[in-house]
Amino acid sequence: MGGRDGDKGVLTQGTRLGLVTVLNEAHLADVTSSQASLRQFLLGLPSVDQVGAEARAATLASRSIKTTAKQFAIDLAISMIDLTTLEGQDTPGKVRALCAKAQRPDPSDPSVPRVAAICVYPDLVSTAEAALRGSGVKVASVATGFPSGRTTLEVKQADTRAAVAAGADEVDMVIDRGAFLAGRYAQVFEEISTVKQACGSAHLKVILETGELATYDNVRRASWLAMLAGADFIKTSTGKVSPAATLPVTLIMLEAVRDFLDITGRQVGVKPAGGIRTTKDAIKYLVLVNETAGAAWLSPDWFRIGASSLLNDLLMQRQKMTTGRYAGPDYFTLD
Amino acid sequence: MSERLAVKKTYKLYIGGKFPRSESGRSYQVTDTKGRFLANAAHASRKDARDAVVAARKAFAGWSRATAYNRGQVLYRVAEVMEGRRAQFVDEVAAGEGLSRGKAEKAVDESIDRWVWYAGWTDKIAQVVGSSNPVAGPYFDFSVPEPTGVVAVLAPQRSSLLGLVSVLAPVLVSGNTAVVASSYERPLPAITLGEVLATSDVPGGVVNILTGRMGDTAPWLAAHMDVNAVDLAGAAGDDEHARELELAAAENLKRVVRAPADEPDWTAEPGLDRITSFLETKTVWHPVGI
Repeated sequence: MGGRDGDKGVLTQGTRLGLVTVLNEAHLADVTSSQASLRQFLLGLPSVDQVGAEARAATLASRSIKTTAKQFAIDLAISMIDLTTLEGQDTPGKVRALCAKAQRPDPSDPSVPRVAAICVYPDLVSTAEAALRGSGVKVASVATGFPSGRTTLEVKQADTRAAVAAGADEVDMVIDRGAFLAGRYAQVFEEISTVKQACGSAHLKVILETGELATYDNVRRASWLAMLAGADFIKTSTGKVSPAATLPVTLIMLEAVRDFLDITGRQVGVKPAGGIRTTKDAIKYLVLVNETAGAAWLSPDWFRIGASSLLNDLLMQRQKMTTGRYAGPDYFTLD
Repeated sequence: MSERLAVKKTYKLYIGGKFPRSESGRSYQVTDTKGRFLANAAHASRKDARDAVVAARKAFAGWSRATAYNRGQVLYRVAEVMEGRRAQFVDEVAAGEGLSRGKAEKAVDESIDRWVWYAGWTDKIAQVVGSSNPVAGPYFDFSVPEPTGVVAVLAPQRSSLLGLVSVLAPVLVSGNTAVVASSYERPLPAITLGEVLATSDVPGGVVNILTGRMGDTAPWLAAHMDVNAVDLAGAAGDDEHARELELAAAENLKRVVRAPADEPDWTAEPGLDRITSFLETKTVWHPVGI
């Protein structure tokens, strides 16, 4: 069937096994031991069938999710949100308001689950941490010269340490896309593992900024590179570059984490961010997760959605389902 | 020469400045008063109503913020385009309402004149219903009317053009945006008005027109939390239905223009009631300068 296995997406069974063999023979340590071997491994990854990936994402996006399944999906999506504010104009007051919303998204309905985390700039981590202490909502901080990542490794380390010291449970780092596109994979690898060390016990999410990577092959390579370097999560975008998260890109990343688990036994999470604004979009991503990586990823521990305006749309849809009347944005907080 | 095949029209909805098919995929046959086929019209569903409200809300900021003068010019332009479509309106009104050609012409002329009359009110209504209030202190105190927001308009069932214009134009004058549920049996003038609006300067989404059964869309519009007011003209004579709609509208305190016991004579002088029904008064205290 054109070398495609319906259940497993665009990677064929043949290449998946091939990959396993390649890795088993080479051993992970060897792959990452030098620039040359890393380069050989990443460039040796099977290339992405672009048409196939887009068609598969489009097919999965056409699923109709209704009634109880929709209710389940809405609550799950809310619990997966990294409620984000990454603006130059952010104030402690705005962050505190967002933290309140994170814990109790709909004040009129206590049955709404809380979101997974709040995502802010490093200088606002302490504000968020104070507001969220004991609530179960995590604090995520972007770091390493977000969003461009164009700064020295020392600064990136210091940025990360400062965020963790201020109380961040999770760090969202950006990779050096310039180095990646120039083929200096070892440098990117080194940066990610250094930042991972600086994180200590904090979770590391690695932002690939897929909108700048130009090809799906590069997305696959960057995903593997990040996972090999120790990422706990791979994240699509900063939200500052268009296009941000798209379904095909997320599909490719989900395939990568699935294959990585097969091979290494380590599970890595995925976080699409940017451009996901409606309930419909969010549900499309959940379908994609379930059909690509599997139900094991359908949890806030393994799948997150970086968003801000999405939450209100989810709440409005939720209210529509409970009250039977269409909800209006006048009755939800602005953010 | 072979005989020409008839072109049977299948109309769509008018939402957000576009003409989408109904989400339901359904349509129904529109006939004249003697039961002869006129055209197919779309059966709007509740999802079309929802989409229309989203479009109307999106258009509200631009339309309400446009200067009164500009809104007036745009509405005059609508009247001009209506005049250009006069013959088509006459045909549709005559067929749909079973009027003689002369009476239909009169109804269309009155409709266009009414539109012009309302267009003139855009930059006058604030002077008539606004005021400068006397206060015991060193303040200017004035009250200005502002548009209510998104208005759901149930168009009259019998008067397919004059009735429609008489309920739609006053909503637009002050800067509201509208979602119109047209007459079920006589939707063609509303559809043509949609085509007129699309080709005049009215921004997309300011007027959205849903054809089909009122029972399919009206309850959803009346209950919708993002609709600010509802005109129940189209529910005239159906007390039970009107009552349910009023109850649904009460949830978010919508302004409601109640359904009359029977459809009124639309040729009568309209007055300002329908404009002022969809206004909010903003009162400002302003310190007198030093």
